[in-house]
Amino acid sequence: MGDTVQSTIQIKGIRDGLLITLGEGDWQEQRVACLTGIDEKPTFFQGARVALDVGRNELRVAELSSLRDELSERGISLWAVLSESDLTQRTAQNLGLATRLSKPKLPEFLSPPESEPIGEDTARWVKGPLRSGVKIEFAGSVVVLGDVNPGAEISAGRNVIVWGRLRGVVHAGANGDEAAVVCALELAPTQLRIAGSIATSPREEENTQPEVASLVDGQIVARPWQTV
Amino acid sequence: MTAKVLTMTSGKGGVGKTTAVANIAVALASLGQKVCCIDGDIGLRNLDVVLGLENRIVYDLVDIVEGRCRLRQAMIRDKRLEELYLIPAAQTRDKTAVSPSDMIRVCDELRSEVDWILIDSPAGIERGFKNAIAPADHVLVMTNPEVSAVRDADRVIGLLEAEQKGPASLIINRLNPDMVKRGDMLSVEDVLDLLAIKLIGIVPEDENVIVASNKGQPLALDPKSRAGQAFTNIARRLMGETVPFLDLDAHNFLDRLLGRK
Repeated sequence: MGDTVQSTIQIKGIRDGLLITLGEGDWQEQRVACLTGIDEKPTFFQGARVALDVGRNELRVAELSSLRDELSERGISLWAVLSESDLTQRTAQNLGLATRLSKPKLPEFLSPPESEPIGEDTARWVKGPLRSGVKIEFAGSVVVLGDVNPGAEISAGRNVIVWGRLRGVVHAGANGDEAAVVCALELAPTQLRIAGSIATSPREEENTQPEVASLVDGQIVARPWQTV
Repeated sequence: MTAKVLTMTSGKGGVGKTTAVANIAVALASLGQKVCCIDGDIGLRNLDVVLGLENRIVYDLVDIVEGRCRLRQAMIRDKRLEELYLIPAAQTRDKTAVSPSDMIRVCDELRSEVDWILIDSPAGIERGFKNAIAPADHVLVMTNPEVSAVRDADRVIGLLEAEQKGPASLIINRLNPDMVKRGDMLSVEDVLDLLAIKLIGIVPEDENVIVASNKGQPLALDPKSRAGQAFTNIARRLMGETVPFLDLDAHNFLDRLLGRK
């Protein structure tokens, strides 16, 4: 029994804590293997931040949240789930978990989504509202149909387009793309970042017209959408 | 009877969940419904105090879960209303004494006995919250008209959506119409605009609520109390009636006319 457990899960140290890679196959078996592996060395895992690579397993909210609970009962905080399945990635995002590991070389606030060959020119479509605590990370552009509420975060390798009110934190060009733009029907983000620049919204003014923010001479500038 | 399980939650603490559960339960019971409240705040129980049943506790929720008593034995009958019961929380344990599946089991057993099961969730989004929402058929999210409470309510609504708990209903508690008019408080529209869920109640700020909670006599029975009336209206809406929201401005006008505060 101990041998099979050893062979199906792999544990390695990464910059952001530990990465546990599960094998392929039945989810319940993988889950048990993972927990058994952890219970063999409880002191090693106590207080750890863990990213989980679940491979091709298709996981729903109930499955992922119960594993997260079981880990948290062992003093382990699950912060990211890596998966090849879109369904699992969406589930992880719904639970507020990251779906990518950050790159080490950029400053802290720049931690971008990993770029992948197909990522650059594709866009992720997200149905709003994005509520407080949700984080969307994607290597290409992100399009949101609905509001982005305060406390929600979007990090995109390229552009961010919000068909609704943008009030959360948004980072366009997270890989350093200075040509990235952020557009919203109502642009009032808590904080807006493009590549390495940061801006906050002016507090007072009520703007009700659609705007686009872009980098002009290293400064983030917002202009009415129609003049673009 | 097949009870409907309602859970009251908010994320942020101190917004008035426990008082609201007590008042809505009293209102439902006085409308002829059979109601059982469950205090989900293990370790920091309060609902028994607000309902004025503190001195009658023998068994609690953890005793049921751990098999030290039968469900019936832990149900405390209210002094005033025949059809109102409370299952209190344990005071000497913590949230881990109960699991989400325990809550589902207790509620399933209780369903055949009453019309409504009202669960008072603790603040936060951890174990106690998960326990409280696990058996819920419908979740009531409570907020105050202030930015931090609304932010937490938004987070909770997101978590409920992620847990596939269906659309929640919103109660806005402690609204002060004068402050809204002066622009010093978020309005009902501001809150709804952000949270975008169905509104089921607006409760005006009322200092009598504190007096009533301290005495263990919920306000919902007092026809003169505006807050009590608001809770009764919520109970009616839960039962499927269409009840218009209180005109809080009219109240202020009348008060000023009569020289009341």
